[in-house]
Amino acid sequence: MVWAPAFLSNPERFMAFSRWAAPLFGLIAAGLALWGLWLGFTAPEDYQQGDTVRIMFIHVPAAWTCMFIYVCLGVSSLLSLVFRHALADAAAAAAAPLGAAFTFLALVTGSLWGRPMWGTWWVWDARLTSVLVLFLLYVAYIALRSALDDEAKAGRAAAILALVGLVNLPIIHWSVNWWNSLHQGASVFRAGGSALAPVFLWPLLLMGLAYTAAFGSLWLVRIRGEVWRRRAEALQLRAARA
Amino acid sequence: MLDLDAGKYGAYVWPAFAVTALVFAAMIATSLAHARRWKARAQRRDEP
Repeated sequence: MVWAPAFLSNPERFMAFSRWAAPLFGLIAAGLALWGLWLGFTAPEDYQQGDTVRIMFIHVPAAWTCMFIYVCLGVSSLLSLVFRHALADAAAAAAAPLGAAFTFLALVTGSLWGRPMWGTWWVWDARLTSVLVLFLLYVAYIALRSALDDEAKAGRAAAILALVGLVNLPIIHWSVNWWNSLHQGASVFRAGGSALAPVFLWPLLLMGLAYTAAFGSLWLVRIRGEVWRRRAEALQLRAARA
Repeated sequence: MLDLDAGKYGAYVWPAFAVTALVFAAMIATSLAHARRWKARAQRRDEP
């Protein structure tokens, strides 16, 4: 058996690990965010975008993180479907609300950046629309899980939806290459190196790491909550049968 | 030197940071509250 399912199949080991890892990730996230924000607000204005460039330090990490969370949701869903691990299902259930929140942030901060730069709050182009579809996928996943009384059936149905939704990730990534878009193309991770000046690149990378660590911390906390909830409901069921 | 003067773009920059701070605060509060609530219930039901 591979390491990940073995680890996920042991809730006691997970609870022991997450007890110290969740606050540690939270502290790392706070430290990186403070460092990134300091560099971001001591950087000069962009010669074209002026002070709106500072929105980049919160918009781009939110966009990276909401896609990363969907990968985590997809992997957890796959492990839940294939290995029937309760902890993998709890991980998937815990990831979806966080994914929806980060996608919401990407959409709202992008809109607040787009208005002064593009002259519009919203445009139905491929990048913006595919990120909106990602948000709707998260909402649909949450709704589907809560729509069915049988939690096992709800988990399986939601896992299938999550796996089907994975097709949206390459569409988001390459949308700016496949179709005409107001949104700029890749400027950080691209062939030939980053197009950003180091004075903007470093705070952006620090904020990206801060968002990832924050997600890691919150994800662990929410999985712990799911484990406690299932334990409480199992105990209640046992008491009712006794 | 810190540059907190967003000039004519303040109406876009500060709401973006405010929304981000609010959403992070909500994520932290709901995640901790959910975990604490169910931990307390599980421990209460586990008592003999």
